Amino acid sequence: MSKKRSVDRRDFLKSAAVTGAAAFASTDVVGAEPQQAQAPVQATAPIAARESDPVGSVEVLTTDRPGGDFMVDVLKTLDFEFVASNPGSSFRGIHESFINYGGNKAPEFITCCHEESAVAMAHGYFKAEGKPMAVLCHGTVGMQHAAMAIYNAYCDRVPVYILAGNSLDATLRRPGVEWAHSVQDAAAMVRDFIKWDDQPISLPHFAESAVRAYKIAMTPPMMPVLLVVDGGLQEDPISHEVTARLRIPKLTMTSAPQGDSGAVGEAARLLVSAQNPVIVADRAARTAAGLTRLIELAETLQAPVVNQGGRMNFPSRHPLNQSSGARQLVADADVILGLELTDFWGTVNASRDGLARTSRLLTKPGAKLISVTALDLATKGNYQDFQRYPEVDLAMAADAEATLPALTEACKRLLTAERRTALQARGKRLADAHAAALERTRAEAAYAWDASPISTARMTSELWAQVKNEDWALVAESGIMSDWTSRLWTFDKYYQSLGGSGGAGVGYGAPAAVGAALANKKHGRLSVTIQGDGDFLYAPGVWWTAAHHRIPLLAVMHNNRAYHQEVMHVQRMANRHNRGITRAHIGTTIEDPNVDFAKIAQGMGVHAQGPISNPNDLGPALRRAIEVVKRGEPSLVDVVTQPR
Amino acid sequence: MKPWMIALLFATAFAATSANTQTPPSQQPATTPSGNADEGKKLFVSYGCYQCHGREAQGSSATGPRLGPRPIAFAAFNRYVRQPTGQMPPYTSKVVSDSDLANIYAFVQARPAPPPVQSIPLLK
Repeated sequence: MSKKRSVDRRDFLKSAAVTGAAAFASTDVVGAEPQQAQAPVQATAPIAARESDPVGSVEVLTTDRPGGDFMVDVLKTLDFEFVASNPGSSFRGIHESFINYGGNKAPEFITCCHEESAVAMAHGYFKAEGKPMAVLCHGTVGMQHAAMAIYNAYCDRVPVYILAGNSLDATLRRPGVEWAHSVQDAAAMVRDFIKWDDQPISLPHFAESAVRAYKIAMTPPMMPVLLVVDGGLQEDPISHEVTARLRIPKLTMTSAPQGDSGAVGEAARLLVSAQNPVIVADRAARTAAGLTRLIELAETLQAPVVNQGGRMNFPSRHPLNQSSGARQLVADADVILGLELTDFWGTVNASRDGLARTSRLLTKPGAKLISVTALDLATKGNYQDFQRYPEVDLAMAADAEATLPALTEACKRLLTAERRTALQARGKRLADAHAAALERTRAEAAYAWDASPISTARMTSELWAQVKNEDWALVAESGIMSDWTSRLWTFDKYYQSLGGSGGAGVGYGAPAAVGAALANKKHGRLSVTIQGDGDFLYAPGVWWTAAHHRIPLLAVMHNNRAYHQEVMHVQRMANRHNRGITRAHIGTTIEDPNVDFAKIAQGMGVHAQGPISNPNDLGPALRRAIEVVKRGEPSLVDVVTQPR
Repeated sequence: MKPWMIALLFATAFAATSANTQTPPSQQPATTPSGNADEGKKLFVSYGCYQCHGREAQGSSATGPRLGPRPIAFAAFNRYVRQPTGQMPPYTSKVVSDSDLANIYAFVQARPAPPPVQSIPLLK
């Protein structure tokens, strides 16, 4: 620290302390310390304050009540279990308060190797646990690293509670790095894809904004929030004047918005009278209650459900689950109920990615479209994740899960005995169709059963055999695998499927899985992730985090040795331009050399096996890995697979 | 990106009303030409067929249908490869020669039948 910098902040603080806050500022003298060899520098603080200083030139160097302690007091009331962070000097004050004053409990500090990992861990954690994780990062370089993961959480409607360090007072910054790590408006970079932000200038302001941020983040549509916390506010002693104003506001959660009674009644009328209704759900079930409520609506109507998989909306083996026949159901439907759909337009239209981009409406004339989504309450303009404009007939700006009970009751009131009989017949037909689809899926899975590289159907089946008798949760699936898990596995609990990244930003899978596994640890669930190779390579340090914090997680690699989606895109361009596709691998594959993922994981302290390319070796490897996970540690099995 | 979105991008088959002018497909062969399955296996990889259809032509619900071991008739196969109506990119004869396509077809035809589902404990 430079001499001038030392004078400016610390002597001013000394003045403040001795003129009114003795109870909060220690008067420890450290004159015997070697680093005190240089003479105290005359302060430039207000003269009146110095003249009233009873100890004259003795410099006040410590405090036992920094602002960061009060911040921790506030955050503890919000019941954070963890705070994930890659350490940084702009938040050193609150970092120290968390681990010492706060006892490193509630929240416990989770050491991350990249801010993108920290945010994605919080993303996965929320979907498993139902409450946010806090994240600490630099307001500048940390936010830049975190940005993509924040965008994913925003698109996935997941609250992440971000605290970003900053140094606002330019006259008090250390020369050099602290300037490079300071910013006028830290939130500007991510404001387009967070729900709310603030930069409190006092501790009372922090308390109010901290509680407000939590409330806003947790109100549907849920999204990340950001509080920028000034370094001085974290580190400086709490003055007597401020102490008198400190209080932590009461948190009252906002109830989720429901569809109005008129719209709910009209939707019920359409659904009950429909001959071929279909319910399509994406992020409909926010909690376990959402799953139960959707089952009740579907069974009331004996209507098919298409689960688009943004959340665990509907049991995979329920006879009304007709996800594999989505397109035909949409084409045949006279009423389509969309629950928290990412893309209603894309649900009812087919588009073709050809030289001329074309699309056509799939629905038959007169089909009625009903939308229930909280996203209608908060749509932003810059980032275009809102998709094409859906021309629906009835739109409720409401949370689907909160609206389902009223909708189901309204449907029940309209059902006559005769109508119930007709619906039961429809339900029987759908159950038969479900059973037939399952048999077709099993037959499809048998193709390439013994192939090497290993077929994704074989890998999925081998994994299912090992986990199906456990209390398992598929916490992420970052490699695309022909939907084998949802088609072959029995999903019937809310936490067994957490959906995808939201923004399709690759690199979500590994950290989100670790975050969700951290949540599942105390519940004793066997967390499993299917880990894409490209995703793994974004920020592999998260495997060290998993090992360091003893987070039990079984990671099974879907290692097709490519950014496979991009191989196909380049191949499409090459074909379109009539140039041949033999060079489509350039810039898109992950070969020469093949990545040894097991070795990387081992280097991070994670038990790992592979690469495995013989399907007969897979079952035993998975059994060994699960033994490790049951001991409370992460384990990785690298499987060389077919592309999809 | 979620699997269902991938499916929309790559696996949707429908009759498009494209305004562009395509290269006319090569002469439709009346019968199945003889091809070399071993050569076809190499071409199936080098021409990237496996990217969507799998290395054993087993198909994928996300990207492209199963092609073998009982493929559609060669005339229809040839027609679709040259001028697909769905999401599949077109492979003109400039990119894949007729003889190469015959070899690929031979490879697809030669895929072994899968074991019966009943014989696979993991699929029961």
